[in-house]
Amino acid sequence: MSAEAAVKYVTETPIEEVERVSAWINSEEYKEKNFARQALVINPPHACQPLGAQLAAHGFEGTLPFVHGSQGCASYYRSTLNRHFREPAPAVSDSMTEDGAVFGGQSNLHEGLENALALYKPKMIAVFTSCMPEVIGDDLTAFIRNAKKKGVVPEDFPTPYANTPSFNGSHIHGYDAMLNSILQYLTEGKQVEGRCTGKLNLIPGCDFNTGNYREYKHILKEFGIPYTILADITESFDSPLDGTYKIYPGGTKLDDAADSINGKATITLGPYATAKSYTWIKDNYSGKHVSLPIPMGIAKTDEFIVKLSELFNKPVPASLKEERGRAVDAMTDSHQYIHGKKFALYGDPDYLLGYVSFLLEMGGIPLHILCSKGSKKFEKEMQGLLNGSLYGAGCKIYMNKDLWHMRSLLMTEPVDAMIGDTHGKFAARDAKIPLFRFGFPIFDRVNKHRYPLVGYQGAMNMITEIANKFIDIKDDTCEDRFFEMMR
Amino acid sequence: MSKSTKKIEGITKEFTQGVIDKALEAYPEKGRKKRAPHLAPNTPDSSATCVKSNRKTVPGVMSARGCAYAGAKGVVWGPIRDMVHVSHGPVGCGWYSWGTRRNLMTGINGVTQFGMQFTSDFQEKDIVYGGDKKLKTLLAEAHELFPLAKGISVLSECPVGLIGDDINSVAKQAAKDLDLPIIPCNCEGFRGVSQSLGHHISNDTIRDYIIGTREFAEPSSPYDISLIGDYNIGGDVWSAKALLEEIGLNVKSVWTGDGELEKIAATHSVKLNLIHCYRSMNYMCKVMEEKYGIPWLEFNFFGPTKIRESLRQIAERFDDTIKENVERVIAKYDPIMQAIVDEYKPRLDGKKVMLLVGGLRPRHTIGAYEDLGMVCVGSGYEFAHGDDYERTQPEMPEATVVYDDPSEFEFEQFVHAMKPDLIGSGIKEKYVFQKMGIPFRQMHSWDYSGPYHGYQGFSIFARDIDMAVNSPTWKLVKSPF
Repeated sequence: MSAEAAVKYVTETPIEEVERVSAWINSEEYKEKNFARQALVINPPHACQPLGAQLAAHGFEGTLPFVHGSQGCASYYRSTLNRHFREPAPAVSDSMTEDGAVFGGQSNLHEGLENALALYKPKMIAVFTSCMPEVIGDDLTAFIRNAKKKGVVPEDFPTPYANTPSFNGSHIHGYDAMLNSILQYLTEGKQVEGRCTGKLNLIPGCDFNTGNYREYKHILKEFGIPYTILADITESFDSPLDGTYKIYPGGTKLDDAADSINGKATITLGPYATAKSYTWIKDNYSGKHVSLPIPMGIAKTDEFIVKLSELFNKPVPASLKEERGRAVDAMTDSHQYIHGKKFALYGDPDYLLGYVSFLLEMGGIPLHILCSKGSKKFEKEMQGLLNGSLYGAGCKIYMNKDLWHMRSLLMTEPVDAMIGDTHGKFAARDAKIPLFRFGFPIFDRVNKHRYPLVGYQGAMNMITEIANKFIDIKDDTCEDRFFEMMR
Repeated sequence: MSKSTKKIEGITKEFTQGVIDKALEAYPEKGRKKRAPHLAPNTPDSSATCVKSNRKTVPGVMSARGCAYAGAKGVVWGPIRDMVHVSHGPVGCGWYSWGTRRNLMTGINGVTQFGMQFTSDFQEKDIVYGGDKKLKTLLAEAHELFPLAKGISVLSECPVGLIGDDINSVAKQAAKDLDLPIIPCNCEGFRGVSQSLGHHISNDTIRDYIIGTREFAEPSSPYDISLIGDYNIGGDVWSAKALLEEIGLNVKSVWTGDGELEKIAATHSVKLNLIHCYRSMNYMCKVMEEKYGIPWLEFNFFGPTKIRESLRQIAERFDDTIKENVERVIAKYDPIMQAIVDEYKPRLDGKKVMLLVGGLRPRHTIGAYEDLGMVCVGSGYEFAHGDDYERTQPEMPEATVVYDDPSEFEFEQFVHAMKPDLIGSGIKEKYVFQKMGIPFRQMHSWDYSGPYHGYQGFSIFARDIDMAVNSPTWKLVKSPF
């Protein structure tokens, strides 16, 4: 071969080829190839464990989340939370580098704890891990014990820690691990025989919607039930702007968290995101323990309300009965805009069960349900939910698939809308359908995290958003002669 | 660049040093010793840098820095639009850097453009048994599902380097099997002290795997240039390219904003490399200079003053045709720019700005603020080196505060002391300062606006700065009760 023949020129892909592939990626044939993928994951709608761990840490008073690992990890978690909530997300890392790989991360951890304590004066430091220490096998238990022995941190300073390897599970599992660790740490030795705080411990789960937390508080206030939310991110990620920056604007009081072990009852509303914590609580906490699905839609909210009434032996307050009535009124008033509409959904297990429950109540059809990180148990529960409704017939659950799979589904079996987080917007655009942003993260709309999706109010919010969008679409796209005053 | 030293009333060396000393007081002794050399009052006339840089981050201080992977995926590789970029390792890194930099791309998503999240999604078993086999399979899958992708980059996350995987040999074999450029990039996040090493490693892989592997099909011209280190944030490349074309130059390739692999590969035949972000791509400019004799020139397209200066410097490298074009273009835009300044300057004159960004912006944007009548009272970088501070000090007024990889604590202290009317920094800082009632613009992402480059960009920049500083919402912060 001559030298000239070996020259490779810059090429342009012919337009016909671009058109061919553009059509091909929407085809049934492509879908088959796409679903045959064994190794490549494309556009997965879930993050890694430490992100959830950081969320849990922010839910406690004066708590500084501390990433043991590479510093880039902490920057990624913080930015993600900043973008979703449009709020600060203070957290530190101990910036492990190459030498950490050789010698382990103990000296970084100790130096980091010392500096973080001095600069940010937390009441608690919640330590969790990113990949590096997990791969090299750092012994957090020993490292933290040594830190206290050396006097880097005072002996009685709370330093719960959790192993949150990113190569296992997703952000919900990291949330669970951190929450469990914090509760174990704070409640140790706090159980008092015969003591009952009279309070409800409410565990919302790995929920990134501050409006949901406020809705729970509202419901409990109506009931007059005293409560401790574990972990309460409401103020941490929805604090007022008054001209001063507070690094720890909220969170569950550490004393309340410690005393939660003597609670009258504990309810988890995020069973898939708090499985480990709940199991531990059942074995260790006083009082009654209940695991309920996230209260989205009427039936699941009713379940929650009835359980509260039962546990605290209080009648359901008239105000909540009225709220329920208004929500049902809103549902019947607007059912025709949602009934028979097909939806594609993706997200975390707890959220998905909530959306599907709500849609079925409206006569909506949750045709494609995609969970990128979920268990057999979840699949079974979801199938049970579908089986219980006429509108669940023919709907399919896709376990451990990603949003590129979802795109193929949208192209071959079209739906009217998607429900999920911001990451679905490309698929939704290609399919020319709206995306209802109900999950996490939401990077491209404002204030969504302030509007509850749980409780009767949450059902109304979902209806308002979904029904009005479908009406907008009709107004925007109908022929002039069908454009009319009323809808 | 000789110019008179800028001064600001009330800001002296003693004042600024006092502010720094006070901030350092809070540190334990070891931390204080480490941090002190990274903070200093500016010395515009000194040839020595006033701060130390490119050192390890002090643990536990809340740095804004990222990692080598972020520098490779987010900065250098990610913006190349016609390649599949695989985040090799656990799911997180690729997920966090998915669409969060605003390096805009033309093309059809999933067909000719791949601004998506591709990952090997490592599980426990991949850590135990290694991920090489998985990598081999996924490269074939990517090629099959995305046949128009011109190549694949494999960007290592932390575990890959720790478990001893050999991505280089997997990539080599797969490149042969698939007849496709596959570029392994050993950019594990624990390498180096910041994003910066990720840039360097990525430049090295471009050197080793890409440059010189293609030729432009069309005949060359004396006006062929390449635009280096512009990542098309909010469309910056499109604005800068249009301006360069307006003065008669042919922009043959862009590194790497809205970039195309084969054009990057053929860049060795251009006549001049124009570099925007010196920090992230000076390495390849130097390689191309040594290997192919291509000169390079730094330029600044922020604000009319700097644009004018830069255009004339660029013209110096070409013949009279370009020189005439440049004067014609400047004459065309001068009145348009003056109208913008006339509109906004009265509302911004004398306002103070503080910056903490990456790459080049802590120095390059100062002129644009000054065009609007504003003054820079503090500036610093997340991941700069000494040569960045050499270039920054003359741009900043005397004795203003210079900070390298500041902790959030330090940055807050400096803001309290310098009392800026605007802060330009990142998403992690934004809401901290907005809670204090201080106007803020994200200066990595242009706060979801842009472009800010070129003449087109200045009108948007001026509007955004005015909007931030003078938003009526700030008047509502103080409640009447």
